[in-house]
Amino acid sequence: MSQKIRVVIAKPGLDGHDRGAKVIARALRDAGMEVIYTGLRQTPEQIVSAALQEDADVIGLSILSGAHMHICPRIIELLREKGLEDVQVVLGGIIPDQDVPKLNVMGITGIFIPGTPMQHIVDFIIAHARARL
Amino acid sequence: MPKMSRIGVPPVSAKARWERETLEPTLRKSPERPGPFSTISGRPIERLYTAEDVEARGGTASPAPPGNFPYVRGLHPTGYRGKLWTMRQFAGYGTPEETNQRYKDLIAAGGTGLSVAFDLPTLMGRDPDHPLSLGEVGKCGVSITSLADMERLFEGIPLSDITTSMTINSPAPMILAMYLVVAEKQGADWRAISGTLQNDILKEFIAQKEYIFPPRPSMRLITDVFAFCSAHVPRWNTISVSGYHIREAGSTAAQELAFTLRDGLEYVQYGVDAGLDVDDFVPRMSFFFNSHSDFFEEIAKYRAARKLWADAMRDRFGAKNPRSWQLRFHTQTAGVSLTAQQPYNNVVRTALQALAAVLGGTNSLHTNSLDEALALPTKESATIALRTQQIIAHESGVANVVDPLGGSYFVEALTRDMEREVLTYWDTIDRMGGMVAAIERGYPQREIAEASYQFQQAVERQERIIVGVNDFVQADEKPLEILYIDDTTADTQLARLADLRRTRDHHRVQQSLEALKTVAHGRGNTMEPLLDCVRAYATVGEICDALREVWGEYEEVPVI
Repeated sequence: MSQKIRVVIAKPGLDGHDRGAKVIARALRDAGMEVIYTGLRQTPEQIVSAALQEDADVIGLSILSGAHMHICPRIIELLREKGLEDVQVVLGGIIPDQDVPKLNVMGITGIFIPGTPMQHIVDFIIAHARARL
Repeated sequence: MPKMSRIGVPPVSAKARWERETLEPTLRKSPERPGPFSTISGRPIERLYTAEDVEARGGTASPAPPGNFPYVRGLHPTGYRGKLWTMRQFAGYGTPEETNQRYKDLIAAGGTGLSVAFDLPTLMGRDPDHPLSLGEVGKCGVSITSLADMERLFEGIPLSDITTSMTINSPAPMILAMYLVVAEKQGADWRAISGTLQNDILKEFIAQKEYIFPPRPSMRLITDVFAFCSAHVPRWNTISVSGYHIREAGSTAAQELAFTLRDGLEYVQYGVDAGLDVDDFVPRMSFFFNSHSDFFEEIAKYRAARKLWADAMRDRFGAKNPRSWQLRFHTQTAGVSLTAQQPYNNVVRTALQALAAVLGGTNSLHTNSLDEALALPTKESATIALRTQQIIAHESGVANVVDPLGGSYFVEALTRDMEREVLTYWDTIDRMGGMVAAIERGYPQREIAEASYQFQQAVERQERIIVGVNDFVQADEKPLEILYIDDTTADTQLARLADLRRTRDHHRVQQSLEALKTVAHGRGNTMEPLLDCVRAYATVGEICDALREVWGEYEEVPVI
């Protein structure tokens, strides 16, 4: 079956630096995925509701401001409440090493810092989202 | 007309002869590397530049000397022999007290100007207790909620003795009002204090996206600052028209220059339309550019910037005061070029970028810290960044001479290329009806998104090498010690905000906010009522909310 992987790319928080989010959105689309970009300043509630409405397999978050340790747990909690535990959450941005294990425990396994090759992100998403299809 | 030789054939150019007699035999024996030989912006670069190449572009290999119109070779006849550039390091994090301490350290280390980084809630006009401020308080800069925080930020720093640059845009007039009230309380004369307000909303719509109100009321706030400062704070630089963020968002060098200067022209036009005299406010406008990794392209960009602005002010706006013609600019090295991998390499990148800015004649400079791609800088990494500038200024010898690259065939040709590319962009934008109209159509946003994607593709294909990232990779990297900002700032600021709301004169706050709304509905200058709001200790969030009620909020249509 060749159903397209559906990805919601989201910019939570107040940060407007969207270069990375947009480049990744386009790269995933070029890799054959269905990409929905939410635009800026989305609350965790808005992001999870977009994932629900769009029947997303993956949520890609872009956070450069340092707010990830507040935003990520909230999104995971909301996904659980909505019964969307099988949605893969990946995170890109400026993420200090010391936060990575905590994010992994939360269930965010794909964490991509600056300099990560796009192909690596594409491969990761394909490998982890395929199980659901 | 080319000179005709005796047999009636134009003589072969010196360059063509060199190519035939010297180059070709060499290429047959040892071919060149595969390339591509192009700048980081994708501009193809020839093998060799001669006087012919400059002339073929309609440029000149001997531009007017420094201090003379159109200032390609610099504004000052003495270059950096008179005064070095201002070493202005952008800093701010956590509580106002923590940042105050960092400023005192920077001043003690020989820094010659302050530059305030605000946190995202402040930049977006939200108080720390707003839901969208969750996790953001004090993270990317200092948290300033009300005048009380501004007093803490400058405690023990006399504003009459220092110049301060404040990077803030939508709430720029509110923050300027706070600065002025702090100055007033310190006993400093508004007519004597100096500093810079970024106050550049157009590049927010284009690139950085820290906007609050729609474009047109946002433009009004800016012209209000122009008018207020030319009357009351004459030494204040009322705007820093910024290409930095446009470049960081992925534009090419020429796009950075074209959009930034075109933004500048838009502000001038709005000022003129608001009834101001060009020569009254344009001398207080300044610019802010990026210094990216392509050494000569950046130098050419700064040189072309001065010429383009001088021509436009004199010929397009009829400015008569030479100070209106003179483009002054701050530079920051390219944060986006720094890597999380092998971060010590970033010191070298920054040094080269800083050198380009200096050779291009920057008036002030911020050098990034080696940990930029990982976190806000530690005190140690911020010191190395400042030392980088001091080494260029005091050891390299480049500050001994004015515009050492003037007359370089390559630099002059590239300067001319840059100028021509900018003029083409300006034509397109003029035809759209100006920059506000172009932004509303998403034009610069699309151009930048496209350039940034093309660059990323080139990196993926290894056509562009980033040392330590897509080549020369090292597996066994030791993690770097970084500055980690915890959540105590949010707790402190939330407690202070609650306390402020309990203890201030509530009636006075409400009255001042109502007065502001009345002026915002009408046509008066918003600075006076803003000063009253600030004096009453209204918060940044409350003041912005009052204006949101009147003007609404901007929402963009995202362009991928």
